[in-house]
Amino acid sequence: MAVIGGAETPARKAKWALLDVVVVVYALVPVLWIVSLSFKTKGTITDGNFVPREWTLDNYQEIFTTTEFVRALVNSIGIALIATLIAVVLGTMAAYAVARLDFPGKRALIGVSLLIAMFPQVSLVSPLFDIERALGLFDTWPGLILPYITFALPLAIYTLSAFFREIPWELEKAAKMDGATPAQAFLKVIAPLAAPGVFTTAILVFIFAWNDFLFAISLTSTERARTVPAALSFFTGASQFEDPTGTISAAAVVITIPIIVFVLFFQRRIVAGLTSGAVKG
Amino acid sequence: MSIVRTPSAAEEARGRTGRKPSAGKRAERRLAWLLCAPAALVMVAVTGYPIAYSVWLSLQRYDLRFPAQREFVGLQNYVIVLSNQYWWQAFWVTVGLTVVTVAVELVLGMALAMIMHRALVGRGLVRTVTLVPYGIVTVVAAFSWRFAWSPNTGYLAETFAQGEAPLTDRFASLAIIALAEVWKTTPFMALLLMAGLALVPDELLRAAAMDGANAWQRFTKVMIPVMKPAILVALLFRTLDAFRIFDNIFVLTGGAQGTSSVSILTYNNLIRGLNLGIGATMSVLIFLAVAVIAFVFIKVFGTAAPGSDREGRR
Repeated sequence: MAVIGGAETPARKAKWALLDVVVVVYALVPVLWIVSLSFKTKGTITDGNFVPREWTLDNYQEIFTTTEFVRALVNSIGIALIATLIAVVLGTMAAYAVARLDFPGKRALIGVSLLIAMFPQVSLVSPLFDIERALGLFDTWPGLILPYITFALPLAIYTLSAFFREIPWELEKAAKMDGATPAQAFLKVIAPLAAPGVFTTAILVFIFAWNDFLFAISLTSTERARTVPAALSFFTGASQFEDPTGTISAAAVVITIPIIVFVLFFQRRIVAGLTSGAVKG
Repeated sequence: MSIVRTPSAAEEARGRTGRKPSAGKRAERRLAWLLCAPAALVMVAVTGYPIAYSVWLSLQRYDLRFPAQREFVGLQNYVIVLSNQYWWQAFWVTVGLTVVTVAVELVLGMALAMIMHRALVGRGLVRTVTLVPYGIVTVVAAFSWRFAWSPNTGYLAETFAQGEAPLTDRFASLAIIALAEVWKTTPFMALLLMAGLALVPDELLRAAAMDGANAWQRFTKVMIPVMKPAILVALLFRTLDAFRIFDNIFVLTGGAQGTSSVSILTYNNLIRGLNLGIGATMSVLIFLAVAVIAFVFIKVFGTAAPGSDREGRR
């Protein structure tokens, strides 16, 4: 705990630096471990060493030559991007209404979003499994995109409406005084100002869809729509007697890359998005 | 997830001023409904109908392996599930993991929030690396822990449990599951708590320090009371989230050795066993359990329901 108003002495800086190191080790060791495994050769993968003794790219070569992984990667990217796009568009519209307009039913909308945010997803798996089989959506992209949109919408609406409240609304009023309709004010004035918030929300929604495992494994049965997290649990080696540790690790590293990129480049935005307007009660 | 309140009455009143009362008002309403309709429709269609359908399924004997035997059986499925020892074992495993992980996360998350909020050096670095566990795919992290604790392969198994296989022992497995869960979700808890920390006025802390309060007293007497709403919301969200634990258990043990959570058990009955009736019954029971948890938090602890007005509805 910081001493309030204390001076920035070298000793106190050193103490904070030490704490920084603890946090960095905490956060990165499990990630570095799977990176290390992915570069180990078949001969050394069970040596238990944290750093590979022999480095190889064989594991990466292997996963990119199997359709199992490549197809899953395409599914993951396509499904997450489409779900993000739709959720953000719908969420933006709803969040604008929630943040700015006065209408009956606002409470109900917020209540429903909140319920869904807290909803145990496994409770939806049983009925969706049956309904999607009946509708022919089982094991298809839309079959996963729909639940992803649904569970991403509360996140999108909350985050976006928090961002929207920060926008200088005098501009909207000015636009209206100049004769713009509410819809024009939304499209021409507010949308450009809201872009950073929308972008942040898109990252959060993408991370959510990219991360999902329960729906992915329950609502797919073949390579047609299986995403990488689900495909990982079906990985076997080239033959069933081969240990798949190396290939699983390589695939795991590949799907971690987008997350690392987001975190490195948009740290500020993500933190702002996750904490925006949180708990002012 | 971030949580916001709806605009207070004052803000809404401010938004209303300067608009024509009737025609403009109706246009505004129409626009608002138009804007909300797609989101509301999707949410209700993908959750509302399936939930009702789930209740209906739970009242039937419906095993996809014997579809001809499908019939309405009333509450029989509930009797079967609630008198089954595996259900109760999974239920208590879930409750135990929830309580332990959320408690540990609260302590660690508070420490991490302090570091992120107050670090004199490397604040950006700490915030960036903290987001790694938050963002990483749970299954990826779970594989990392699994390989780390596998005999021979793993650095942790080699260091702490040589010659043993921790993931084949029930309590060791549960501990590793809890560890994986805590590692992954502490940053989220920390971020929510940091939002609360930002609300503690520095002047208040300075005043307390001048009055002779030491660091611990400032923490318990000043920060905690100011942060209480933030803490409760963070606890509510993490508790509900912890209760649906699935990914980590699936990858680490597959639910073997009595480590199944209720979500794993439901999945096994539904997808592996293809028993829709029993699966739906468990779905409904989990939904009820989550509703009870949310109710307790909101009514008993007075957690401000995220999104509710400042005035509150109580």
